[in-house]
Amino acid sequence: MSINATFLGQLIFFAILIWFSWKFIWPPLMNAIEERQKRIAEGLAASERSKKALQESEAEAQAMLREARAKASEILEQAHQRARQIVEQAREEALAEAARQRAAAEAELEQAVHRARERLRQELAELVVLGAGRVLGREIDPMRHRELLAQLAGEFRA
Amino acid sequence: MSIGWLAAGETPAEYVGHHLKHLSVRIGEGPFWVVHLDSLLMSALIGLLGLGTFFFMARRATPGVPGKFQAFIELAVEFIDTQVKDVFHGDRRFVAPLALTIFVWVFLMNALKLLPLDLMPMIAHGLGAEYFRAVPTTDLNITLAMSSTVLLLMFAFAIKAKGAAGFGVELFTAPFHAHSPFVKLLLAPANFALNLIEYLSKPVSLAMRLFGNMYAGELVFILIALLAMAGGNLLALDGLGAKAGGLLAFLGAVLAGAAWSIFHILVITLQAFIFMILTVVYLSMVTEHH
Repeated sequence: MSINATFLGQLIFFAILIWFSWKFIWPPLMNAIEERQKRIAEGLAASERSKKALQESEAEAQAMLREARAKASEILEQAHQRARQIVEQAREEALAEAARQRAAAEAELEQAVHRARERLRQELAELVVLGAGRVLGREIDPMRHRELLAQLAGEFRA
Repeated sequence: MSIGWLAAGETPAEYVGHHLKHLSVRIGEGPFWVVHLDSLLMSALIGLLGLGTFFFMARRATPGVPGKFQAFIELAVEFIDTQVKDVFHGDRRFVAPLALTIFVWVFLMNALKLLPLDLMPMIAHGLGAEYFRAVPTTDLNITLAMSSTVLLLMFAFAIKAKGAAGFGVELFTAPFHAHSPFVKLLLAPANFALNLIEYLSKPVSLAMRLFGNMYAGELVFILIALLAMAGGNLLALDGLGAKAGGLLAFLGAVLAGAAWSIFHILVITLQAFIFMILTVVYLSMVTEHH
């Protein structure tokens, strides 16, 4: 068990192996491992990001849905109100029309009554004149007694 | 493993001696210029195989979804990186691959021990070599060469961290500090001696620990193989007692071999891990200022 030149041979070979694994084995293996670690980290971050984005868009969709519902119910409310308004308006118009019609009819009636009365008065005046003429025995000149006649007619009207 | 193979006419002592001899080649004069071909060959082969596998994967590694094999390689790489990160606080771009090299290589060299004890020697014998030791880490040259490389790296790291002058000064001024110049001068030899011992003890303990564990384990495997062979010899004899004893010895050897192998799965991993982590700890220590 003596130390001999085997020592030198092994020394040189060991040095070569160290140099070899330092230059050609370790760097590519370590690069591959580190590169993969980076990719995994990136992948995890990306999935985290998209999860967050999904949450955000879900919240956004919820908000939009709520808004749409609110708008829809508002529109519905407006429609109801409008319908009520239209019905109310129609009713009012119908009432007004009816009142107008009645007023027209009443006015016409009044006029007819007035006319009939006027004619009646006229005829009464003529009759009075005729009757008086007969009583007096002579013709009363209507032109001369117009004032009297008008007074009579006025009393009659009253 | 303890499947023994005793050459014709070989005694147990010769068998053990046979298994502890290296396939050597003399390349010069003197006791130093001898090379253990078996240790170098096996360590080179297994090192190329192990790190070649990592290199193969490093070339095909994709940052996308990894295959099962790539995942396994990356698991090993990340394990080493985590261990180094815990101990070494600094740029790991050199230390981590160094730790990977040590762990993979030492583990695989140790793992050669789980091959049948006589498998590699038989193949070597078939090719014409008389001796062959399959486990490089049972050769002190191998472990000492690796720990000496670690020592050289410690010096390099210390000089890089503190500068050549800073490192040189620290050798004489730490661990005993003083304020007056006279006491400093007085303490300098003690400091230097202590630092020398500290620096030398590290690679020696590193090498001896690995070598001792592996060598002792190998010896136990050899003894278990001998027990199995003794059982076989007894079985070949006539007489009921001899046959029963032989059977018992053989079964005992099989059980002991299995148990020792299973235990060694732990030991070879642990020793590789210790060598790696102590290297990182030493490199971390020399880069810190006293």
